[in-house]
Amino acid sequence: MPDDPRNPWFSWEYVRQNIDSLTTALQQHVTLTLATVAVAALLGIPLAVVAHRYGPLAGPILSLTGVLYTIPSLALFALIGPLLGLSFTTALIGLVLYALLSVVRNALTGLRQVPADVRDAANGMGYGRLGLLWRVELPLAWPSILTGLRIATVSTVALVTVCTVVSYGGFGNLILTGFNNNYYKPQIMAGTIGCLALALILDLILVGLGRLTMPWARRRVAR
Amino acid sequence: MNYFEQAFVWLNDPLNWTNPDGILARTAEHLEISAAAILLAIVVAWPLGIWLGHAGRGGAALVVLANLARATPTVALLTIFPLTVIGFGYPPIVLALAIFAVPPLLANAYLGMREVDPEARDAARGMGMSGTQVVFRVELPLAVPYLANGFRTGAVQVVATATLAAFVNGGGLGMIISRGFGLGIASGADQIIAGGLVVIVLCLALDGLLAIGERLATPRPLRRVLKAGRSVTDAQLPTGSETA
Repeated sequence: MPDDPRNPWFSWEYVRQNIDSLTTALQQHVTLTLATVAVAALLGIPLAVVAHRYGPLAGPILSLTGVLYTIPSLALFALIGPLLGLSFTTALIGLVLYALLSVVRNALTGLRQVPADVRDAANGMGYGRLGLLWRVELPLAWPSILTGLRIATVSTVALVTVCTVVSYGGFGNLILTGFNNNYYKPQIMAGTIGCLALALILDLILVGLGRLTMPWARRRVAR
Repeated sequence: MNYFEQAFVWLNDPLNWTNPDGILARTAEHLEISAAAILLAIVVAWPLGIWLGHAGRGGAALVVLANLARATPTVALLTIFPLTVIGFGYPPIVLALAIFAVPPLLANAYLGMREVDPEARDAARGMGMSGTQVVFRVELPLAVPYLANGFRTGAVQVVATATLAAFVNGGGLGMIISRGFGLGIASGADQIIAGGLVVIVLCLALDGLLAIGERLATPRPLRRVLKAGRSVTDAQLPTGSETA
């Protein structure tokens, strides 16, 4: 395909003229990502705690989330779409099912890494089951939980683009309408850069959260 | 008609299987694209991973690569590549899928080489093996279970992701789903659900099949060891060999 001066890979002109649709896409992308990660954390961390407490359940919980992760995203939306229509809920459910694996697996790893001595000491100090979980195990597992949330966030930002099939694709809508409108490169590129930048920014925010909540790990986390 | 019933009615029509763009043709197309992508990814990832793992270099770069791949939307590469010198057709799709398959293949090859017991490596050296001999006769055979695991992860991922080729009209089973969405959710539901089910069955079957392959590729004594983690080998092999 010869390079057409009217169809450059990037154009500020495009950005200026389409600032409205870009902000709409950004809003949709951010809302969907944050909602997904929040729901995945609210479901996934308790699931990991259950899997940790009741050993026999760990296998089934991990394999179930693993199976969900193996299912192609488009197929997942194909099964949910006809039930719930082209809606925010459809997009959210599909994305959460994907994000769960990263959250559950990392949270469980973190909980399992709590040293037995520490648990013993807490028991000896009179911590009950909830106190042990809330004040000892979860804080010690937090670095690993946060890693899971970072992975879930970054992959969700990329996956939101697929939600374009249920009309909630954020920057993905821009990329694909650009492709379908005579391969309009500035729009495809703007959507792509938007996705990558958003993933980077959200990841940095979570890294910052990690630094705030784990001042002792600052030297180790620093890259 | 209820939810699954309409999908089964659609699947029960032989024409939907044998049409030129029916399930059989789309599955063949899907697997062709996927096979090409996996082969391409392996040709790049395994030699590189084996070399980096042998040399013990590039671990940090692999982490960056994996993160970058995670952040890049497949849809972006699928739409960008056809507009470059690569052109339209299968090549841009195969390339895009291959790029996403490289990180798991590379990471597992690297990890497999790194996880080789240093004492086995020392022993091979002590027997007078050259660097190449150590790679091919000691490290690589021990890394096979990791390579098999990477192959399984990469292959399942490629077959799952190949569904997205339908976004750029690139063929494969995703086309059945996207055609259904094109008809509108009310009238295309039978096709959407049926297509989704076919893709899911394909991916889960492949994953199961490769899980068996992965098990067969792992020598029996290593199965328990790999399952139990490194601690077992550490306990079995006390340090203090002759080379120390």
